[in-house]
Parts: sequence; C-alpha cells; structure tokens
Amino acid sequence: MTSAPRPEAPRPEGHPETESPDVPGFGTWRAVYLFVFGWFVLVVLLLTLFTAMYA
Amino acid sequence: MNTADWIVLVASLVGIAAYGSWRTRHVRLNTYLRGESSTGWGTIGLSVMATQASAITYLSIPGQGFESGIGFVQNYFGLPLALIIVCAVFLPMYRRLNVYTAYQFLGERFDEKTRLLGAGLFMLQRGLAAGVTIYAPAIIVSTVLGWRLDFVIVATGLLVIVYTVTGGSEAVALTQRWQMAVIAGGMVTALILLILRLPDGLGFTGSVAAAGALGKLHAVDFSLDPSRRYTVWTGVFGGLFLSLAYFGTDQSQVQRYIGGASLREGRLGLMFNAMLKIPMQFVILMLGALLFVFYQFAPHPVFFNRAEWRRHADGIRFRTIEAEHAEALAQTQSAIRAWAQARASDDAAGEDSARAAMVAASDRAQGIRADARAALLLADPRAKTKDSDYVFITFIVTQLPHGAVGLLVAALFAAALSSKASELAALGTTTTIDFWRHFRPLAAADEARNMRVARRFTAVWGIVAVAFALFAGFAENLIEAINILGSIFYGVLLGLFLVAFFLRRVGGSAVFFAAIAAQTLVIVMYFSLNIGYLWYNLIGCAACVVLSLALQAILPRRAGAGGRAP
Repeated sequence: MTSAPRPEAPRPEGHPETESPDVPGFGTWRAVYLFVFGWFVLVVLLLTLFTAMYA
Repeated sequence: MNTADWIVLVASLVGIAAYGSWRTRHVRLNTYLRGESSTGWGTIGLSVMATQASAITYLSIPGQGFESGIGFVQNYFGLPLALIIVCAVFLPMYRRLNVYTAYQFLGERFDEKTRLLGAGLFMLQRGLAAGVTIYAPAIIVSTVLGWRLDFVIVATGLLVIVYTVTGGSEAVALTQRWQMAVIAGGMVTALILLILRLPDGLGFTGSVAAAGALGKLHAVDFSLDPSRRYTVWTGVFGGLFLSLAYFGTDQSQVQRYIGGASLREGRLGLMFNAMLKIPMQFVILMLGALLFVFYQFAPHPVFFNRAEWRRHADGIRFRTIEAEHAEALAQTQSAIRAWAQARASDDAAGEDSARAAMVAASDRAQGIRADARAALLLADPRAKTKDSDYVFITFIVTQLPHGAVGLLVAALFAAALSSKASELAALGTTTTIDFWRHFRPLAAADEARNMRVARRFTAVWGIVAVAFALFAGFAENLIEAINILGSIFYGVLLGLFLVAFFLRRVGGSAVFFAAIAAQTLVIVMYFSLNIGYLWYNLIGCAACVVLSLALQAILPRRAGAGGRAP
C-alpha cells in the first residue's frame, strides 16, 4: 500500500485544552463544556416541569 | 400557489444558489475541500445545523407532534453530550493532523487499509442513501401541489449540483447560511400564523392546555419499560451513541467544522448546536401539537395524503368512514369547548368529567383515522398508510396566505438543498482524497488536476443521487430500509474511531480485521434475528471494540500493530 500525501499548510495552534476559549466569563474550555452540560440539565428540568404542568 | 408564491420560491432558491456559485467560482483546492480558512463559528454552527436538518425533518417532525405528541424531543438528549465529546477529543485531533477527511485520521493512526475501510463504509452508507434526501421531500410536495415528481427531482438535483460542484465545501457553507435564514423565517411565519388561527375562546394558552389534556405534551418519560419507544434513557444513551457516530465520523458533518479560522471557531460552532438543538426541536414539535388542536376545529380530511386516499377510497366503506370522521370531529369540538368552559369556571369535578369526555371523543376520532388506514390497506396492500408527513404541508397550502405559502415551500426545498449539498461535497471529497489520491499519489501536488477531479466526483455523486431518486421507485418502507442500512454500517464506523482515540495499544491490523468481523456479524445478525435496527449501532460498535482488543492480544506484535498512537 502506498501512503497518501500529507495535506498542505499545517496550522499553528495552541494546546487544545490550555488554549483560552476567548468567551467572556470562561477561562477554559472545560468551563465552556460544563456550562453547556448545565444548560442541557436545565433544559431537561424545564421539560420535566412542562410535562408535569400540562401532560 | 399563485404568482407571488412562485416569485418568493424561485427568487430565494435560485438566488441563493446563484450567489453561492458566483462567490465561490475561483476557490482554491484547500477552500474547495475544507471551506474558507477565515470561517467564523456562526457560519460553522449554522452549517452543522443545516446539514443535519433535511426537508423531511421539517415535514415529519410537526407530523410527529401531531400524531404522537412531543415525546420525540427526547431522541435529541444525547446530542449535546456527544458534541462535547467531539469538541474535546475528535476535533482537536482532526485539526492537529490537518486532515481533509475523518478517514485520513484512521490512516495516520493505523494504516492505509483501515483508512480505506472507514472511507468505504461511509461512502457505501451515504451512497445508498443518496437519492432519499432528494426523493423524500419531492414526493410529498409534488403529491400535495400536483407537480410532476420527475421535474421536482431533476430541478432540485441540478440546482444543488451546480453550486456544490462550482464552489465545493465553501459554496455549501455560504449557501447554508442563507438557506437557514429562509428555513427559520418560514418556520417562524408558520408558527405565528398558526397561533393567530387557533380557535376562538381557547387562544394560545387554552390550546396548549387542550393539547396537554389530549396527551400531546408528554415531553419527558423516565420509565424504564423497554417497550416504550421514546424515554429519557433511550434518548440519552441511544442518542449519545448515534450523535457521536454522526457528528464525529460522518464526513458530511466533519467537513462542516474541520475548516474555519481556528479550533475555537469549530468548537464554538458545535457548542452553538449543543445548546440550540433541543429547544429548536421542541418548538417544531409544539407546532405539530398545536396543529392537532387547530385541526379539531378546522375541516380536514380523515387521511391527509389526499392523492393516496382518492386513488383507493372508492366505495361505501370509505364514504362511511368520512361521514363518521366528520361526526366524531364535531363531537370533539363540543367536548373541547365544554372542557374549556368547565376549566374557566374553576369547577374541578366538572373539569375532570369534561376532560374525560373530551379525551374519549378525541380517541374516537383517532380510532376512525386508524380505521381509514386499515381500509386503505385492505383495498391495496401496497397503499401508503403513513399520512403524518402530509399534515404540515396540508396546513401550509390550505391555511396560509399567498406569499407565505411560497416562503414555506422555499424553506422545505432550502432544507433539502442544504443537507444534500453537504452530502455531495463530503462524497466528492472522500472519493478524491481517500481513494483517487491513494491510487494516484504523484498527482497530489497538481492542484488544478485535483480540483478537476474533485469537481467531477462531486458531479458524479450528484447525478447518481438524481438517477437513484428518479428510477429507484422508493416504496414507503424503502426509506426506512435506508435508515436500517445506515444503522448496519454506522456502529462499526464509530467502533473504528473509538478504538483509534481511546485504545492506544491496538494497532492497524487488529482493528481492520476486527471491523471486518464486526461488520459480518452485524449483517448475519440482521438476517437471522428480529430486533430493533437501532441496536445494530451498539452491537457493531461494541463488537468492533471488543474484537480489536482480542485480536491485538492474539496477533503477533508486529502484525497487530501496523500503526501509531495519536
């Protein structure tokens, strides 16, 4: 088997975990992920409340 | 549709396609395959969203809300969790290796044969589904509007081929931004007009309460009963699994986020989807639940696919069903009004009995709809008996004002074009990078030749999709058959990537033969067992992972390795 050519122009990027997300209020990506997870939990709770109210 | 509708429809669809083609007519190879390197998170986020939501999503999901209620929203519960994993694990690796396709990563991590296997599984699955994204909305819209099906398929197919072949991934992202604007505008317009047309005396809050009382608003179900189709648990675990396979390993999605200005833009684009997807699906399902209340008061057919009904419903039995349905509908209307009055008068006992009467009347009307389907099947065993996909389009063409009808039909076609364009770009890129370049390694440096080849492969896949849609003669259950085929291949594909990311001691030969064995196992199980097809995702993935570990332990060290850890 022959190996495929490497794609051009490597991208200089910082370490994926230590790189700042550059989002106001969030210092790390871990904080962004926790926020999104928290949002998901909140949405499920609101849907549970909605079900209790209307179903 | 009148002239105003046609102007809105043609101007928005052709205008967006022409804009995309014009803006991207001089793109370079890197941009053609991966999108503009300055793309921001907003465009990436909209592109990911537009790729996932096809026209059938906007037709079927309101129908799902109408027929079964909003519990379907739980199917999306695994999506945010999967996107967090893709952001944290998959995307940084794709960016670091600077790949064009997800399967190049398999080549870097394992070896060329595993890369070809991964790319082959993707192409087999997407290639088989090629015609469905064009055919499925075309058959519904052409049936309701009385257009020629072959004209609709060829027109939409040619439109998407022209701009995708011209500008590749960049044209896809550019047009998806505007197509999403048309889709959002159309859906918001439909929701507002529906709310304005809800029955007098009930209004929005009363209609929501009525939908709830009629069993349409059971959003979450924590039941552990395995016979229940949609529960929080199937949504979180099954949804996580499916979303991880789709967003992490399917090139039509990977291509949407591996380009962009930086890793940050890709991650924020995915997090944008993680936060918006469930609320968005909830709103679309609520539209369906409110349509159910609306149609308790508005005249509507007993079977929403009118063309299919007219084709078979000949005879006294069908006339009796229509008369019974009209009578049941009138009774349901009276029962809902009585319930609303009891509710307004704070009479708890009266409200309970009125509610029971309302539910009984509604159940009777639904029972007559089930009788109608049974009668159709009796008249012709090949009759199409699923009419929920026709509910929303019937509302659009019979209840909305001119102009809005054109906008909504444009939104449906915009959704079809946006998802089809991503598929074509992904198939063209994978064929060029993972197959053509593999067998023509010396041609990699010739950018002009690579561009020509990528454009040709994209065009060929487009023509295959149109031909498939035109000549395959899809039956109702063939669309489900395509989903089954997807489930048969997705599990092993995800297994390959999970081994690549998380089992660093497993090498290329071990995972390659494990994947072949796992795929064979899934195919044999499919033909010998009778289990829900979604389970094959889990079985294929688990078999691939377990067999990889076993083979790595058995195979001689050099034979099992054949790759390197990321």
